[in-house]
Amino acid sequence: MLDQTQVERLEAEAVNSAKTRQPLYAARKKIFPKRASGRFRQFKWLVMAITLGIYYLTPWLRWDRGPFAPDQAVLLDLANRRFYFFFIEIWPQEFYYVAGLLMMAGVGLFLITSTVGRAWCGYTCPQTVWVDLFLVVERAIEGDRNARMKLDAAPWTTRKLFLRTIKHATWLIIGAATGGAWIFYFADAPTLLREVVTGTAAPVAYVTIAVLTGTTYVFGGMMREQVCTYMCPWPRIQAAMLDENSLTVTYNDWRGEPRSRHPKKVVAAGQSVGDCVDCNACVAVCPMGIDIRDGQQLECITCALCIDACDGVMDKLGRERGLISYATLADYNANMTLATAGGTGPVNPALVRTPSGSFVDGLAHFHLGKIFRLRTFIYLGAWSAIGLALVYSLLTRERLELNVLHDRNPQFVTLSDGSIRNGYTVKLLNMVPEPRTIEVTLEGLDGAEMSIVGMDEPASRSFATQVEPDRLKILKVFVRQPADQIKKPVQRFEFRIDDKASSESAEYTANFNAPEIGK
Amino acid sequence: MSSEHIDEISGITTTGHEWDGIKELNNPLPRWWVITFYVTIAWALAYTIFYPAWPMLSSTTRGVLGFSSRNDVKNELAAAEAAKAKYVASIESKSVSEIAGDDALREFAVAAGGAAFKVNCVQCHGSGALGSKGFPNLNDDDWLWGGKTEQIQQTITHGVRFAADADTRQSEMPAFADVLQPEQVAQVSAFVASLSGPVKDKSLIEPGAKVFADNCVACHGENAKGNRELGAPDLTDAIWLYGPGEAAIAAQVKAPKNGVMPAWVGRLGETTVKELAVYVHSLGGGE
Repeated sequence: MLDQTQVERLEAEAVNSAKTRQPLYAARKKIFPKRASGRFRQFKWLVMAITLGIYYLTPWLRWDRGPFAPDQAVLLDLANRRFYFFFIEIWPQEFYYVAGLLMMAGVGLFLITSTVGRAWCGYTCPQTVWVDLFLVVERAIEGDRNARMKLDAAPWTTRKLFLRTIKHATWLIIGAATGGAWIFYFADAPTLLREVVTGTAAPVAYVTIAVLTGTTYVFGGMMREQVCTYMCPWPRIQAAMLDENSLTVTYNDWRGEPRSRHPKKVVAAGQSVGDCVDCNACVAVCPMGIDIRDGQQLECITCALCIDACDGVMDKLGRERGLISYATLADYNANMTLATAGGTGPVNPALVRTPSGSFVDGLAHFHLGKIFRLRTFIYLGAWSAIGLALVYSLLTRERLELNVLHDRNPQFVTLSDGSIRNGYTVKLLNMVPEPRTIEVTLEGLDGAEMSIVGMDEPASRSFATQVEPDRLKILKVFVRQPADQIKKPVQRFEFRIDDKASSESAEYTANFNAPEIGK
Repeated sequence: MSSEHIDEISGITTTGHEWDGIKELNNPLPRWWVITFYVTIAWALAYTIFYPAWPMLSSTTRGVLGFSSRNDVKNELAAAEAAKAKYVASIESKSVSEIAGDDALREFAVAAGGAAFKVNCVQCHGSGALGSKGFPNLNDDDWLWGGKTEQIQQTITHGVRFAADADTRQSEMPAFADVLQPEQVAQVSAFVASLSGPVKDKSLIEPGAKVFADNCVACHGENAKGNRELGAPDLTDAIWLYGPGEAAIAAQVKAPKNGVMPAWVGRLGETTVKELAVYVHSLGGGE
């Protein structure tokens, strides 16, 4: 059953393993991850295609908003201070929607981490995705692990120089494409592309491309796992997010130990032997340079490639998959207790297997029910509550707003007929991309009439004015009240605006100041 | 320090320094730190080549980029002037009522005039142009010399009772202390006060009207509505430059104050005066 000849033993060293962890001032030891294949690798290709697709293609999606607004589906228009996301348009004062989304992202990260561990790190983090992409390039040009190690150790020849030049040039092109895609989120993509190519774009566009090209190249090509280990705060925080029911990539030493490279000899010698043949496949594929068999560790981003590698070996050996698997700490501990007879001795594989070789019934396995626990419900509840609040707020938000600033100097002016005048700056916010006719009306303040600067109309209690699409209109309004109608030094009244076409309206309560009576 | 000091416990060389038995291990610096350190040195040297840096006898090295913060300021100011040039040229060539009739020009003139007002006018008229006793409120609708934009421009240009300007607004309320008897002053003051409000002693009104008709109508008019040609104030409204009430009126009848406003065109130039006129007109009282 345990046919050694089918399994290739790899000379792989876990350069970042806790056992061999280097002091910080030592040079980085390069990692040459071997290509893995299997379910998780397939899934990661898919995630890479989707995430990169979203990143590169989103700015090119169009969304018709009529003649008065840009037709780019996702656009951060910093110059005009507007944010467009498909059917949603956000003004700067509505930035709380973005804050809400960030809160959802935060709580969502807690939810995901508490259930499936560092899935964000392993699958969707831009650092992981781009390093994966850079590794694809490296493998295509220099070959897989052994070829790369050989090339790295070889003296500089024309061939090495050629391969290295091609590799770094390709990385730089990817970096430039990454920075290039970023800028399209901030301006009309087709126009900006034309400007960038013809050299007429704003300097900030080129600077952004240059900076992101540099960071992508350095982070994805040079620093790689060091970004996760030394720069990113999330690996430290996530320790607090995981509990004994969170899934992590786990080496199941309750069935793997004692590991042996020559199980037949060991068995022949009458000793027990586990499933691990110490082939180092899990170490060779690890992009973080660790040995998962040392247990859960800070460096592990749970990319699950070691699961794929080990599953491949187990398949060849005719053993059950899952020597390395996603498992919870609770299940792992239960199985370890079983395998060590309650922790009284070393791992004994015989304790978890029936004489016929299959696993005993008492083994703990992960089932979906474990996802549903109080903690995840709290996260899910908070996440949904924020989401629902945002949706509710979005559906009921006002697209016509009114702000009024009362003149403070002078607070009031006495006119020759004894009447009192107050000045106001009235701001009409038309937050839809269509022109609108807005009626401004005075409510309350007996006998008062208003006149608008720049509008040649007699004083009245109501005015109609045109407001441009998606714009703010500022009116200087003078309100005048006859002397005999003034009741007290400060009177409250309302400015009301109406859009007759959409029957939207808004009100603003303002003060009207007058000198104290008798003075 | 010829011989190497080795720390016995860690096996790492020490710097040879010892304080009360504590030795300093000579660990190498982190690579990223060393690299950053060298990069900063290279950066600093390159900076001194590109930017003004090294002190010489009379000045410093100029730097190959020719950077100068003075030039930057000069350029920014020139750019600001260039951006304004279009408006300033229009304001120079157009009349104040044309400026007031053009939305964009008016907005520019109000902003520019507001700035000039804060530097030159607030000392007397106040930051809100509310004025004070003897200094007219520019927000209201009562104008001694007229509230149309052109009239305001004329007043700012040449001033009021400003001797150095031949075209200045000229008028003078004579002192009636020597002409009228004290009771006549009281009577006419009561009459004038009665035109816009109640008075204490109504019996003074009728004789006061006669005094007014004999002495005051030449300038203030038969209906006491004043005369802008002469800068004679309207005495029937609620606005009093030297204060309301019979006492204040009596003081102004006996020994009037005749306020002076300087002519501004020589100091500010015609463009700024136009901007000021449009600004003052926009305060709400403009006619």
